[in-house]
Amino acid sequence: MSQALIAVALVWAAASGTAVVLTRDPLRQAFTAGFFGLALAFLYLSLQSGDVALSQIVVGAIALPLIVLLSLAKVGKDQE
Amino acid sequence: MSRRARLILFAVAAVGLAATLGVGLAGLPSFGGQITAYARMLNEAAPRQRHVTDVVSAISFDYRGIDTLFEEFILLAAVTGISVLLRPLSDETRQLPEDKAPARTIPPPSPAVWLLAVFLGSLLALTGLETVTHGQLTPGGGFQGGVVLASAFYVVYLGTNYTTVERYQPNALLEASDGVGASGYVLIGLLGLLAGTAFLSNVVGLGDTGNLISGGTIPLLNLVVGLEVAGGFAILASEFLDQTAVIRTRRR
Repeated sequence: MSQALIAVALVWAAASGTAVVLTRDPLRQAFTAGFFGLALAFLYLSLQSGDVALSQIVVGAIALPLIVLLSLAKVGKDQE
Repeated sequence: MSRRARLILFAVAAVGLAATLGVGLAGLPSFGGQITAYARMLNEAAPRQRHVTDVVSAISFDYRGIDTLFEEFILLAAVTGISVLLRPLSDETRQLPEDKAPARTIPPPSPAVWLLAVFLGSLLALTGLETVTHGQLTPGGGFQGGVVLASAFYVVYLGTNYTTVERYQPNALLEASDGVGASGYVLIGLLGLLAGTAFLSNVVGLGDTGNLISGGTIPLLNLVVGLEVAGGFAILASEFLDQTAVIRTRRR
């Protein structure tokens, strides 16, 4: 069971990581990067490291997308 | 250098890298395999020596507490750097935030979003406090809880508007919390010196394993780290929000 979970997590992380690279629009990339962070958190959790999974969730799903989105909004305003 | 020479150089380097990586990877323990001797020892010793149930917290705030001290200062330096970098420059002005401007283009959030923000904001604050205070018992701790606490501010912004967030986000208090948290770590470390042992040694009463108050300095360090991280991430968000919402280049 845990082997299957780890396999699912690895495939999910690989797929979403590839999706981040293949997304060319930075705005959409912020969202795919958030999903990639979630996949990594799930991978850490399936490997039974709850502390690292929590850190990954707060950084990958809250802090990083927020900062990318706000920076994109600022850059977009300046170009108007 | 010609294209051909570059390719040859690349091929030699790639073969070298592949060979050393291959040798290194072959020596790794098998995937998901055995627990190392160090991990086994700490799993056995930490609950007995430090009265904690989350061994990771015992490692990051006690056995390797000095590493975490430096990580705190990395975060402090990063937040300070961003505050300096994002300050309003001489050719920039602060304008009315767009959601309060006379010719507003952004519609106000709907009551449903507002309600969700109130609900989520209080839930996030509670979860953050829980994560900070239970670091010695369950996965989590000051860093994770601190970011969750700071994210409560972001949710208030999502549900209301820039002016409301600015009113309920006392910048001086956030900066103080960032600094007090970082220096608090050092002060708790100095307790060890005052007690006549080493810097950052666990000199406070350890309590009973599994209780909320247990682990000696570990929950105290989690508290100050939580203060620092919550303040730091809230400052980060407010600096970026300022740049996006109110700071404009002055028209020439």
